[in-house]
Amino acid sequence: MRRWLPFAVLAAAAAFPLVARPLGWDFYIGFASRIMIYALAASSLNLVLGYGGMVSFGHAAFVGAGAYTVAVLMAEGVASAWVAWPLAVALAGALAAAIGAVCLRTRGVYFIMITLAFAQMIYYIAVGMRAYGGEEGLNLPTRSQLGFGLDLKDDVTFYYLVLAILAAALYALRRTVGARFGRVIEAIRENETRMDAIGFPTYRYKLVCFALGGALAGLAGALLANQNSYVNPNLLYWTQSGTLMIMVILGGVGYLYGGVLGAVALLVLEEVVSGYTIHWQLGVGAVMLAIVLFAPRGLAGLAQGRRDG
Amino acid sequence: MAEALLRVERVAKHFGGVVAVDAVSLEVAAGEIHALIGPNGAGKTTLVHLLSGALAPDAGRVLFAGADVTARALHERVGLGLARSYQVTSLFRGFTALDNMALAVQARSGSSLRFWTPVASERALFDEARAVLGEIGLAGRERVHAGQLAHGEQRALEVGLALATRPKLLLLDEPMAGMGPDESERLIALVDGLRARVGVLLIEHDMDAVFRLADRISVLVNGRVIATGGPEEIRANAEVKRAYLGEEQPA
Repeated sequence: MRRWLPFAVLAAAAAFPLVARPLGWDFYIGFASRIMIYALAASSLNLVLGYGGMVSFGHAAFVGAGAYTVAVLMAEGVASAWVAWPLAVALAGALAAAIGAVCLRTRGVYFIMITLAFAQMIYYIAVGMRAYGGEEGLNLPTRSQLGFGLDLKDDVTFYYLVLAILAAALYALRRTVGARFGRVIEAIRENETRMDAIGFPTYRYKLVCFALGGALAGLAGALLANQNSYVNPNLLYWTQSGTLMIMVILGGVGYLYGGVLGAVALLVLEEVVSGYTIHWQLGVGAVMLAIVLFAPRGLAGLAQGRRDG
Repeated sequence: MAEALLRVERVAKHFGGVVAVDAVSLEVAAGEIHALIGPNGAGKTTLVHLLSGALAPDAGRVLFAGADVTARALHERVGLGLARSYQVTSLFRGFTALDNMALAVQARSGSSLRFWTPVASERALFDEARAVLGEIGLAGRERVHAGQLAHGEQRALEVGLALATRPKLLLLDEPMAGMGPDESERLIALVDGLRARVGVLLIEHDMDAVFRLADRISVLVNGRVIATGGPEEIRANAEVKRAYLGEEQPA
């Protein structure tokens, strides 16, 4: 991908509300925030799945853990973003570390299944939390409070915050995958046995990667709870994990912007097709099929052209 | 013979009812090239797995540099200086030759839990990686992806990856498998050059290479060591002839 392109996209994203608000496209400002939050969640999965090669089918659990942290704290009267969001990140990260510690003892299809099983357990815990809405979910009376005179209830302010967080997260991801750690996890994806045989404790690195992915997903969850002003157990349901996975595959597994491209493509496609027919999933499915058949490296791979190797 | 660098004490491994390695004992001294030969299915590769830590033995002990490493994992043994290469080439095929090597150097130069500094800026890693590439005859091939190297070059890189971990002892599992005569010659020279610096347990079918390189030879048949000795001793050993050499060198 050309060097200037991400900056051009960032500039366009920054300019978007300036155009959209006067035109009264408030819906699209919220929609764009939603896309960016999913882009963050998908990027966090891309770190685990794309770079680390760990096909986790339970990533929604970490998004949900982050979302519930914010919602529950708010229900208990803690609305500060400075308390709730770091806690959401820490809790989701710790949950991922605990689940990963068990799951990473398995490989291949067993890993997929056991991550799915753990995520479903977390889902049922959310369903069982009667005090916090149980199956019905929980309404957030307001959005998290940031201070500094910024009001997140304003959709444009919230949009800019989400944009800033997404841009920062992508930059951090870029640094990480280019640093020693990123090199190690990519090499583990490529040939784990050999990594072991040249002296790397592969389990430890995979676990760190899995936990980092979970923590970042927790941040996305915290934002999602605010965006929707509502959380419910469906956020953690396995189909959500599937959606994130589809985004990553659609966008480009192991490409820095794979998660972003996938989130944009899937959510926009969903929005457009659902305007024409209630059977929008059929249209989305057809496009998915085309991508898998004709661009197996996803949209990012398509944009970047053929890579050696 | 000096104090053994690697001492294997009656290690055994069976898979179900099949005994693959049966109470094998052997020693490799520091700087010695010790060849392990034997017919196909003798248990050579299984033994390498046991010594490297890829498999746990059912019985027996593995001592390395005076310490019992039987319970140590593969990557821990590499850290102690016991590295291996693979019979079936096992590289990072999507990485360049230089990046392959740099990974092996990175493994032993400090923590890799670094998330911010670009690895590309770590000169020392790549300088050392380049040096090892030169040593194995791959200078000038740095930028080629491992998967696109010629077969012989891949085999050289296979050995090079183990070498780049800076081992005290190398377990080489059929390093010359599938190599042409020129490539074999180059690898023989490389292994010969390691002598005195690095101990080598060499598993090889190429008898010419074995008899030229080995200080000592052990013969493994049906999971048992039936003889250990200098090249001349082994050549003269009647049991070895019958069990193994006879197949390749009919009298």
